[in-house]
Amino acid sequence: MYNFDFVKPSTLADAVAALAGDEAQALSGGQTLLPTMKQRLNAPATLVSLTGIPELKGVCRDGDTLVIGAATPHAVVAAEAAAHYPALAALAGGIGDPAVRNRGTIGGSLANNDPSACYPSAALASGATIVTNQREIAADDYFVGLFETALHEGEIITSVRFPIPTKAAYAKFNQPASRFALTGAFVAQYASGVRVAITGASEGGVFRWAEAEAALSANFSADALNGLAAPADRMIDDLHGTREYRAHLCGVMTRRAVTAAH
Amino acid sequence: MPKDGGIGASTKRREDLRFLTGNGRYTDDINLRGQLHAYFLRSQVAHGRINAIDSSTAQGMPGVVRVFTGADFEGVGGLPCGWQVTDRFGQPMQEPAHPVLAQGKVRHVGDPIAVVVAESLEQARDAAETIEVDITELPAAVDMKAALAEGAPKVHDDLTSNLCYDWGFVEENKGAVNEAFEKAAHTVSLELVNQRLVANPMEPRVAVGDYDPWNDMSTLYTTSQNPHVIRLLMGAFVLGIPEHKLRVVAPDVGGGFGSKIFHYAEEAFCTFAARKLKKPVKWTASRSEAFISDAQGRDHVTKIELALDADHNFTAIRTETYANMGAYLSTFAPSVPTWLHGTLMAGNYKTPLIYVNVKAVFTNTVPVDAYRGAGRPEATFQLERLVDKAARELGVDPIELRRKNFIQPDQFPYATPVAVEYDTGNYDATMDKMLALSDYAGFAARAEESKKRGKLRGFGIAHYIEACGIAPSNLVGQLGARAGLYESATVRVNATGSISVFTGSHSHGQGHETTFAQVVAEMIGIDAGQVEIVHGDTSNTPMGMGTYGSRSLAVGGSALVRATNKIIDKAKKVAAHLLEASEADIELKDGKFSVAGTDKSVDWAGVTLAAYVPHNYPLENLEPGLEETAFYDPSNFTYPAGAYGCEVEVDPETGKVDVLSFTAADDFGNVVNPMIVEGQVHGGLAQGIGQALLESCTYDENGQLVTGSFMDYAMPRADDVPAYTVDHSCVTPCTHNPLGVKGCGEAGAIGSPPAVVNAVIDALHRGGLTHVSHIDMPLTPSRVWSAMQAK
Amino acid sequence: MTKISMTVNGRSVSAEAEGRTLLVNFLREALELTGTHVGCDTSQCGACVVHVDGKAVKSCTMLAMDAEGASVTTIEGMANADGSLGTIQQAFQDHHGLQCGFCTPGMVMSTAALLAENPKPTEAEVRHYLEGNICRCTGYHNIVKAVLAASGQDVSGMGVAAE
Repeated sequence: MYNFDFVKPSTLADAVAALAGDEAQALSGGQTLLPTMKQRLNAPATLVSLTGIPELKGVCRDGDTLVIGAATPHAVVAAEAAAHYPALAALAGGIGDPAVRNRGTIGGSLANNDPSACYPSAALASGATIVTNQREIAADDYFVGLFETALHEGEIITSVRFPIPTKAAYAKFNQPASRFALTGAFVAQYASGVRVAITGASEGGVFRWAEAEAALSANFSADALNGLAAPADRMIDDLHGTREYRAHLCGVMTRRAVTAAH
Repeated sequence: MPKDGGIGASTKRREDLRFLTGNGRYTDDINLRGQLHAYFLRSQVAHGRINAIDSSTAQGMPGVVRVFTGADFEGVGGLPCGWQVTDRFGQPMQEPAHPVLAQGKVRHVGDPIAVVVAESLEQARDAAETIEVDITELPAAVDMKAALAEGAPKVHDDLTSNLCYDWGFVEENKGAVNEAFEKAAHTVSLELVNQRLVANPMEPRVAVGDYDPWNDMSTLYTTSQNPHVIRLLMGAFVLGIPEHKLRVVAPDVGGGFGSKIFHYAEEAFCTFAARKLKKPVKWTASRSEAFISDAQGRDHVTKIELALDADHNFTAIRTETYANMGAYLSTFAPSVPTWLHGTLMAGNYKTPLIYVNVKAVFTNTVPVDAYRGAGRPEATFQLERLVDKAARELGVDPIELRRKNFIQPDQFPYATPVAVEYDTGNYDATMDKMLALSDYAGFAARAEESKKRGKLRGFGIAHYIEACGIAPSNLVGQLGARAGLYESATVRVNATGSISVFTGSHSHGQGHETTFAQVVAEMIGIDAGQVEIVHGDTSNTPMGMGTYGSRSLAVGGSALVRATNKIIDKAKKVAAHLLEASEADIELKDGKFSVAGTDKSVDWAGVTLAAYVPHNYPLENLEPGLEETAFYDPSNFTYPAGAYGCEVEVDPETGKVDVLSFTAADDFGNVVNPMIVEGQVHGGLAQGIGQALLESCTYDENGQLVTGSFMDYAMPRADDVPAYTVDHSCVTPCTHNPLGVKGCGEAGAIGSPPAVVNAVIDALHRGGLTHVSHIDMPLTPSRVWSAMQAK
Repeated sequence: MTKISMTVNGRSVSAEAEGRTLLVNFLREALELTGTHVGCDTSQCGACVVHVDGKAVKSCTMLAMDAEGASVTTIEGMANADGSLGTIQQAFQDHHGLQCGFCTPGMVMSTAALLAENPKPTEAEVRHYLEGNICRCTGYHNIVKAVLAASGQDVSGMGVAAE
């Protein structure tokens, strides 16, 4: 990779100051950024590690909301969110592999917004709030497109606030090589209705599946989805799955998530 | 119960101690004083004309010692091809030049254009980015059939076309075969793809070149399966360095599976650059680089047809195969779709007439060569898929159709219509064993249980034959091999009775350090701990051909037996002298020489000491010392065979295939270390299951590699495969080597792909999806689901 | 270049590194601990797994500077104090859980992490846990067997059919 200066501040304020420098970039767990840098596809002058800042770490319950520090590794979420939001904990426990889960963080995943990553579906289906050093962003406004988010240059995610649903589950169908989601469906039931977010399938990245939400809000059962297929036209078509196959999997995975949520 | 450390014992591996503690010494662990690092600038286009290369900026970058381009290699030899195939018209194959660095044209993504040598790898890479290469991109030939069409882009301008050869085997049989098809009561045909794979040993390739100008001595440390072959090819054909001035060392090597047989440009480059710069030069491949520079495997497109009589006897087989060579001929590439594929088309069956046609094609892709099984998996897959399809079309049991056509035990030795003679075998025995071990009788109940859970269960069978230890040299020479195929061993008995064995075989996971010691220890009757196996260094091992094609025990082990027998013969003479007895009366048992019928004896160490301290020694008749070398050239291939059974469950909603169980009943002849043999089968099965369900090396229409990393090339993981049931108790010993062994390294990868695919097709048919007659590998969920939808 | 200090296999060490120096390169080159291997560049193969402050991580996907002050354990630190093989290492030898040995250091380190959090895993749990460690030689059967044996479970029936 290209060389860079490495800084590891211990406060958020120092991190924000460091990121204001020329060509500075935040580094969280590095499980996506470092492989990208090895390919020399990314050339920051300074990397600002966020893993040494205590205020960015931890899982805590705040009434009906679960608050997760942005630099909390997946393995910690898998363990500590289990009592509060089991579906989210299970999702975190299924990302990558054990060694990746010990380094990769929720903030890093959401900032990167890989179209096949798991976390974006949980944030979107939960109607989570992405909290940054500058503002709060609703998940519905946060995910802009492939690897694109509403974050500004130098803006740091500090935590993510997940409203805890009455029932929820995540069902993931692995891409066999990378083991990212070929298609993953996160279903969450709230008093206000059911939210369904699909990752891995669409050319536009994570999306809410409105038809499934309507059907499930009326009747929260797998049968409510019978005959429902996601539109194939914006699905990813590649070596691992055709457009039609991914559209089909949206239905299968959503049904499985609903069944698991019961 | 065999004695631990002797033949037949599951002796634990001695090499494990260093590997388990982080003390292995792999090539990348070697760092020489003053070492420089090489970074290869590679083509990003599949086909292009190089107009100019400007490396002036790079030359001045920090740490850069020198930039090399193709111009530095003018007058230097190209990488040689080790096998010349003669086509069906009696003409030699078209054989293009293969320069170390591109000369004028690039022919595949990854083709090396320039190399920066610098003090650190990152400096070399920084500098390489400043090299300006002016390339005119040309249309690429990617699809084989399109590459043979009129007007297709030519990979090599100096060849007449992209056809390397059009091979017919046996050409004289062609008319009779066609006639048999006209007369057949039934015919069955199948068109299929045996997809391209990447070997992906976990250790990427590495080369470290060193040069000692005071002795004019070059040394290459390399990740090779056969250091002597590299020394011969690189020294004689590329760099012009005689053997005594060139040492090639292959230390601990992290797997090969064929991809580390071949002589690669990076090896020649590092040796060449070290001589030019008088400093060590090291190159280590990244995994991404391995995907575009290691020779790849398989890549056949085949149509196969079977003719049967009214009683379902096979009467003829006819095949037409397109075999991808890639952009250049890798070291043994031409032999794979011909002599390692066509000769196996009889399988286990007594089909009287066979004709195999193979068109080898140049394309703008990475070169293709031997990968675990090499030609034999391609032969087995098409034949065993076709027999299954025939059974389905005829409405007969696939097991019974196979049994009806098996070569019977009393027919051995059996000469096939494709020029090989099987020495021994008992195919019904392995079939029976597999069916028993897999509880085939209980399958119907299990399928019913799956059905209740909404899953489709299927059972697939394949019976394979393979040919190991390719030989003899005088025959393969007639077939176009430009090398011998013997193996060597030197047994050096030391004064106190310990033994150092120097073998031409090379272990890169096979455990020779343990098993070869077992053979010697058993023969002499001493503890295996007294025997050390040395391999991998041309400076101390006899000229040998290395390890591939499941040949090490059958060929290398036979050389070892011969050398040890020479030792025993001489030691008996010494013992006879010491015991004042006739040589004919000397017996060797448990490391002790005794005179038959008496209590007079001398132990092993007593004899070896006498050989080196010859105070009481027959010096007038016998040289002192105890060291012997043997070269063994086999009289025939060996023919392992086996029955494989695979049970799968298909999820009809997603098309995902789960392998629930896999049973392998192999006949490997005699076995030296059952634990190691079983491990070899396990590994082969995972690679075969990987080919059947997961792995595919895919190029787009422009010749760009789509699966260039583990993110897209699906390697089998622990949860993709089941616990295996493997058995090697059906034994028909090889009749023509001293150990009666056949070879076990490739069997798993040869027999398993058709068993898996047959199981999936069986599951779909049992689920009523009878319109699916074939799905091309890999049977990904998307492909299986799509096949299920098509009507 | 910056000086980095950490504890590796119980020993305090320090050496110079650049910002871009990966932990695996620091271990292999600066500290000459070549038991940790590099088998890919996309964080998948797991040949480079080491423990950092008790957690398994892929040392090819962590900067050396990010391990400043950390306690690192590599394969070289896994044998018993007297140099004999540790329990996991011994189980790998006993059950032929390695062939070429290249993935082995990562397999052993991942196994240690698994057994620390799940002392008696099932076969399915072992297979699932090892999804971040690729082996091309063994077909995994004997690795899984070795892990189960290292956890003190009976593995005599694994892969043996009931005839």
